Amino acid sequence: MKSAWLILGASSAIARAFARRVAASGADILLVARDGEDANTLAADFVLRGSPSCKAIGFDGDVAAAFRDFAQGAVPNVFLAFGSMPAQSEIDADPAALAQTLDVNFASPVALLHRLMPVLEAAPGGAIVALGSVAGDRGRLKNYVYGAAKAGLHAYLQGLRARGVRSGVQVVTVKPGFVDTAMTWGLPGMFLVAAPDAIAASCLAAVAKKRDTIYAPFFWWGIMTIIRHIPERIFKKLNI
Amino acid sequence: MSVRWKNSTLAGWGRFAATHARVARPERQSELDRVLSDTSASLIARGAGKAYGDAAQNGAANVANMQRLDRLLAFDAATGVLECEAGVTFRTLLDAFVPKGFVPPVSPGTAFATVGGALAADVHGKNHDRHGSFGDHVLWFDLLCADGQTRRVSPDSHSDLFAATIGGMGLTGIVRRLAFRLLPGTGHVRVETQRIADLDAFFAAFEAARANATFSVGWIDALARGAKLGRGVFETAEFAPAASVAPVAKTLPIPLDLPPFALSRLSVGAFNEFYWRRAPAQKRASSRPLDAFFYPLDRLADWNRLYGKRGFFQFQSVVPDATAFAATRKMLEAVSAAGTASFLAVLKTLGGPGRGLLSFPLRGVTLALDVPNAPGATALMAELERLALEAGGRIYLAKDALQAPASLRAGYPHLAAFEETLLRWDPQRRFASDLSRRLRIGEATP
Repeated sequence: MKSAWLILGASSAIARAFARRVAASGADILLVARDGEDANTLAADFVLRGSPSCKAIGFDGDVAAAFRDFAQGAVPNVFLAFGSMPAQSEIDADPAALAQTLDVNFASPVALLHRLMPVLEAAPGGAIVALGSVAGDRGRLKNYVYGAAKAGLHAYLQGLRARGVRSGVQVVTVKPGFVDTAMTWGLPGMFLVAAPDAIAASCLAAVAKKRDTIYAPFFWWGIMTIIRHIPERIFKKLNI
Repeated sequence: MSVRWKNSTLAGWGRFAATHARVARPERQSELDRVLSDTSASLIARGAGKAYGDAAQNGAANVANMQRLDRLLAFDAATGVLECEAGVTFRTLLDAFVPKGFVPPVSPGTAFATVGGALAADVHGKNHDRHGSFGDHVLWFDLLCADGQTRRVSPDSHSDLFAATIGGMGLTGIVRRLAFRLLPGTGHVRVETQRIADLDAFFAAFEAARANATFSVGWIDALARGAKLGRGVFETAEFAPAASVAPVAKTLPIPLDLPPFALSRLSVGAFNEFYWRRAPAQKRASSRPLDAFFYPLDRLADWNRLYGKRGFFQFQSVVPDATAFAATRKMLEAVSAAGTASFLAVLKTLGGPGRGLLSFPLRGVTLALDVPNAPGATALMAELERLALEAGGRIYLAKDALQAPASLRAGYPHLAAFEETLLRWDPQRRFASDLSRRLRIGEATP
């Protein structure tokens, strides 16, 4: 049976690369993005790269109902890619920025996925692939509000995965390291920056191999294993 | 949202004369507008950075990296007309349209180049006699102008901007989207390969191929001298009805910069000798995937690292038919006398002028060769430039890193008209590059 993918946050570079890959494999795509003009541009691109049917909608309507209708006759899948990472100093200075960071990286994704899960459960066999972050593995001085939001998302996805095991929906948590996107462009201290398409390829491989949680690129597993094991009384003094 | 600028060091593919600039990389069209309004310093668009010289860098000022504006927008299979954003690469065109039976009308030597860059340099391929240069296939483009307005530019609308932008090296503004015609074609070509003994035989082979071959190209052993001067390998090709799409060839990375002694007259001479001997003495036909024929060097990712940290120059000139033979002979003599470690030089015929005021092509013969940046390199480059200009030719701006402002003025008779157009549309010179400053484009008019 053919697949239908809902792409949440389609304007992000990783989502663009991911959608191009599923388009080339012949999947239908419903994409959701804030910038409507850009969403239409992306829809045209995905069709010319092989998607038989591609439509763009905004975040304001009932996304779950729209996707249920769109995916009739196909296996529904979800790729969740939106997020935002303001500097910690910006969050410290502005309570609105703090609320927004929690909303965009935690509350909104959870609310959306919770509405979408029944759609996937009604036609089992699909997958939810959600972008978390290595920042969610441990709270750090430079990034702890964003990290906390992502950690919350990770915990939600763990529970959702357990639910999916019982109802035939695969849930994959992807923890990207530094990726060459608009989020990291021009930021100091970036290293081992991966191409968005490499992350997209890892996401698809994780679905095929039925993985639960992956680091992308894979070597971030090693880096984060070390970071997670530094004793807290030392870690709290580190300037990272 | 504000524009995020990244401090970067940029050079061309030849890795010579890098400069520092602030680079923005918009991922949506709306962000591109903000890039221009966010700065009062000058700006230049950069595609994949495959121009050899200083065309897509802008020292101490700003650069707009266009690689993320890479969406295909519309395609009409009845006419072959494709609309897309400027950052789309030739690789994408092949992947998306060869299965539909269409190919890029003109392809430069690398599939990693963007179509925006192809328009700005009015690039040509191995089919110039038959199909002209890239600009010949462009129907319109949307240009972000210095006043912040975006205009749809075509031969009928803002025709002065059309003529100045095709081949205009990005100096008129930023091409956001463009429409051009793809040609019917397949994923394979049938190539006829033949070893060529000397320059006379080369010119005779080209003359015969010009009228009836779709693609033709010559590889010259630039180190051969005396009776062997101008020996090489000649290829012509036609689209072949292939059963399947060409698989993407795996790229071999060049993991590090080679030390300066790795490429010597001896090692490169041995490679050239091998390449020549490998080609059949009598004409022989074979089928080849389009990639392998169009982009033989793309199999070596980052092959510019072969020339080491000091980088290299690529010389490319075109000389009118009437003087081509004598001038090519003199240029090859200069190269072999200098003994520089030049790999195979490329010889092609061009069919006629392009549509742009600074379009490179004219009816004649073009010679391209690499010159490693070693002692004596700039002297050789200057001598080659002199020989080309003396024969009524010109230097290709997509390759140029060294030519003198006077050579540009002598080689490009429409330069004054180009400068007048710039004065009309961009009096503050919002768009500028290291190339435009080096060549003093726009500075001659009082």
